[in-house]
Amino acid sequence: MTVDIARENLEIGAGSREVYEPSSPVAQFGPDEPLHLDAGVDLAPFQLAYNTYGTLNASKTNAILVCHALTGDHYAASQSPVTGKPGWWSSIIGPGKPIDTDRYFVICSNVLGGCLGSTGPASINPKTGEPYGLTLPVITIRDMVRAQAMLVEKLGIDTLFAVIGGSMGGMQVLQWTVSYPNKVFAALPIATGARHCAQNIAFHEVGRQAVMADPDWHGGRYFAHGKRPVKGLAVARMTAHVTYLSEMALHRKFGRNLQDRETLGFGFEADFQIESYLRHQGMTFVDRFDANSYLYMTRAMDYFDIAADYGGSLARAFRGSQTRFCLVSFSSDWLFPTEENRAVVHALNAAAASVSFVEIETDRGHDAFLLEEPHFFDAINGFVSSAARARGLSS
Amino acid sequence: MSVSAQTGAVSSTATSELVTAPATARVDLELIAELVAPYSRVLDVGCGDGALLSLLEMRRSIDGRGVELSQVGVNECVARGLSVIQGDADKDLVYYPDDSFDYVILSQTIQATHNPKTVLAELLRIGGRAIVSFPNFGHWSIRYWVGLRGRMPVTKNLSQAWYETPNIHFCTIRDFVALAEELGATVETAMAINATGQKMGMKMPWWFWNLFGQQAVFVLKR
Repeated sequence: MTVDIARENLEIGAGSREVYEPSSPVAQFGPDEPLHLDAGVDLAPFQLAYNTYGTLNASKTNAILVCHALTGDHYAASQSPVTGKPGWWSSIIGPGKPIDTDRYFVICSNVLGGCLGSTGPASINPKTGEPYGLTLPVITIRDMVRAQAMLVEKLGIDTLFAVIGGSMGGMQVLQWTVSYPNKVFAALPIATGARHCAQNIAFHEVGRQAVMADPDWHGGRYFAHGKRPVKGLAVARMTAHVTYLSEMALHRKFGRNLQDRETLGFGFEADFQIESYLRHQGMTFVDRFDANSYLYMTRAMDYFDIAADYGGSLARAFRGSQTRFCLVSFSSDWLFPTEENRAVVHALNAAAASVSFVEIETDRGHDAFLLEEPHFFDAINGFVSSAARARGLSS
Repeated sequence: MSVSAQTGAVSSTATSELVTAPATARVDLELIAELVAPYSRVLDVGCGDGALLSLLEMRRSIDGRGVELSQVGVNECVARGLSVIQGDADKDLVYYPDDSFDYVILSQTIQATHNPKTVLAELLRIGGRAIVSFPNFGHWSIRYWVGLRGRMPVTKNLSQAWYETPNIHFCTIRDFVALAEELGATVETAMAINATGQKMGMKMPWWFWNLFGQQAVFVLKR
């Protein structure tokens, strides 16, 4: 069957042409390499878009997989072709930086279900010739990790020196250590948890309902109408964005300050700076993200619960683990509060695993993992360097 | 405030003190290092900046883990490559399985815990041996402060006033021995250190240690 939806409409729907013509390298997995999904079906063919930084050493022992968060992408340390902004972790990954690309070979792939070149709901289903939309099976964190493991294998790497990521990226890190315990030498899950709690599911549901309530969503087939549910997606992003900050940081940055006005407007324009800021966050987000992909990403996080796969015991999931762990939380993060991170630490203690745990004092909330926090950088640097010594990687 | 910095010396300087002036407050670290068998698994509770763990990794090739309350201490430990978690001796020991370590060390920390008895019982559960060092509140200089001057002691080793010290559960050597007995623990080794940092004679009676020992180091077994 041929594609009968104009490419222009597809690109309008998906937010960018990266879904269809990725600017980055892409690993193709053919019909003979299906991905076994938790949903109980196989996905084939599929593809993962990825970037690499640094050089793989001869023994292939210096590879670090960086996992991105909910709305992140594989442009971790290079300019995004969609926004033109520097990579989301370019302050952490690079020559001489905490994840030193002079020493390590860094891989970052767009997650399965994403919208920057990896197979996701905006990708064309070869069987129908049109985007999967909601016909794509629900993707789980474990599915994302399975796909990454296939990519890592394709790159000829047997064991990853480290897997590192924050938030949803941290979930992937934890899943890696559980699914492939012998392929991860060191793990650095940041601002994350071993499950998504009820409050977080609640916020995700608000976001999804906002998307689906937008008439332009068209039951997930907006691409067929040359539309996209920008209003719904923007509201979803605005809600989520509040959860990434903290009350203290909001007060510090905005307080009750008014936006471009001296007095209250007695109307419903963005009187307050915080309103203006959130609207801006919502609007810029819809320019770069596919609405259906947002539904799939949030669902993947909601379904995440490692202990559930191990009879309710998180410690059992980590039993016998030889991986060196370092967990990092941020004191003002209320999306993945320190206690969620600490629960993982306790399970690792109970499994007698090697684990470090640092809580970084900051008022910047969950987003702190994307920001310049000197103590955070020191912790990454210290942990990765000591793991490198233990791994016998030369400095 | 770092849990392990209770004797007054700021923990971040503990390493340099060890190197330059072994007879100062943290002389117990050197003694503890001698008590730990090579290649053993060690948990250091209240590990401060990781001075003892580093020493043990260097001298004894141990597989070491640490628990530390202060962010500064944990950050320093992680930055120097130690496996240390931010945690509280009073709350977090419960998560460790029985017999998961050869040694659990509580160096200059027991007097800062809320429940020394529970903490000590947890050490004995988690480790094959518990190594505990603490400042001896029965030392003559402290008796002088309390008995003659009628004041809570402020000494070189215990430099903070009563209202600001984190040391809330002081004990004497005899008190500690009594607690160990109450918990049914066996004292495998006991050492007292005098003001000059010297080990005191093994043959001396308890009352002598209790009066002249400035610090004590005990190895306990269940």
